[in-house]
Amino acid sequence: MTLLQAMLQPWHWAIGGFLIGLTVPLLLLLGNKAFGISSSLRHICAACFPADISFFKYDWKAQKWNLFFAGGILIGAFIAAHWMQGNGEMEIAAATKVKLEQYHLHNYQGLLPHEIFNWSNVFTGKGLVFFVIGGFLVGFGTRYAGGCTSGHSIMGLSNLQWPSLVATICFMAGGFLSANVIVPWLFSILN
Amino acid sequence: MKNMKYLLAGIYFGIVLVKSQVISWFRIQEMFQLTSFHMYGVIGTAVITGMIAVQLIRRFGIKTFEGAPISIEPKQFDKGQIFGGIIFGLGWAITGACPGPLFAQIGSGFTVVLITLLSAIAGTWVYGLVEKKLPH
Repeated sequence: MTLLQAMLQPWHWAIGGFLIGLTVPLLLLLGNKAFGISSSLRHICAACFPADISFFKYDWKAQKWNLFFAGGILIGAFIAAHWMQGNGEMEIAAATKVKLEQYHLHNYQGLLPHEIFNWSNVFTGKGLVFFVIGGFLVGFGTRYAGGCTSGHSIMGLSNLQWPSLVATICFMAGGFLSANVIVPWLFSILN
Repeated sequence: MKNMKYLLAGIYFGIVLVKSQVISWFRIQEMFQLTSFHMYGVIGTAVITGMIAVQLIRRFGIKTFEGAPISIEPKQFDKGQIFGGIIFGLGWAITGACPGPLFAQIGSGFTVVLITLLSAIAGTWVYGLVEKKLPH
């Protein structure tokens, strides 16, 4: 297998993890920036709908780099999905596949299940739950926690910050509860 | 334009997010169902890599490419890390995404995630509105 062919396959976790970890020194060296993405959502609020709320009264323009970084993620994902992707089904763990079948999800042709992440679902119960409510919890929760997986779990833990360890443990606790209790329940009422 | 370098860094990060499949809703379900090591491997390796890099930068007093000193602000503890952390975790398993992957899911062709992103922005906005009434 040539290097090019290997790049078109899904990357091994060790390679992916190493390259994600390198983002930490990359941003520090580029301009002493702390890796973190959820702040971009706050900057968007401050720029577009500050509504006289004190939490959004700050110089967001000084943090503009974060919006460029987020925009870059969108472009990079487009590049990877269009020109660096072999096609084929996702390989999914057998035990999880059993659960997915119970959720009535049978299409493993992309990184996300097309049966949910589809424009035709926007005005349905699935859209309300998986896009609107799910997204709201992500935006509200990360800001309340003062960071997300990048800011706390990767940047904060890299810098040995114990509050980031607390945050990471709580992210995981919420995720375990959600994926094992709430998500199965949601599918049982939505299907 | 001085922010272009961050756009390029974002492009790099976006490619890695897609190719290592961490933006996958399926991989997130596996992680929380404890049926695959993949996500633990990615996050664990990323943390170790970042930790070594930060230690090297500290130990050798490495400066930015422009020669400015590097300093990282410590994180202050408040109860938000507990309550907000759990709330985010609930949403993480439902959407299969944290904020970075939201942008990457849209870019990779799942354009409907734009609705999720708008809702996440709304969630951030509502947090700003009620911030002072929440336990911290």
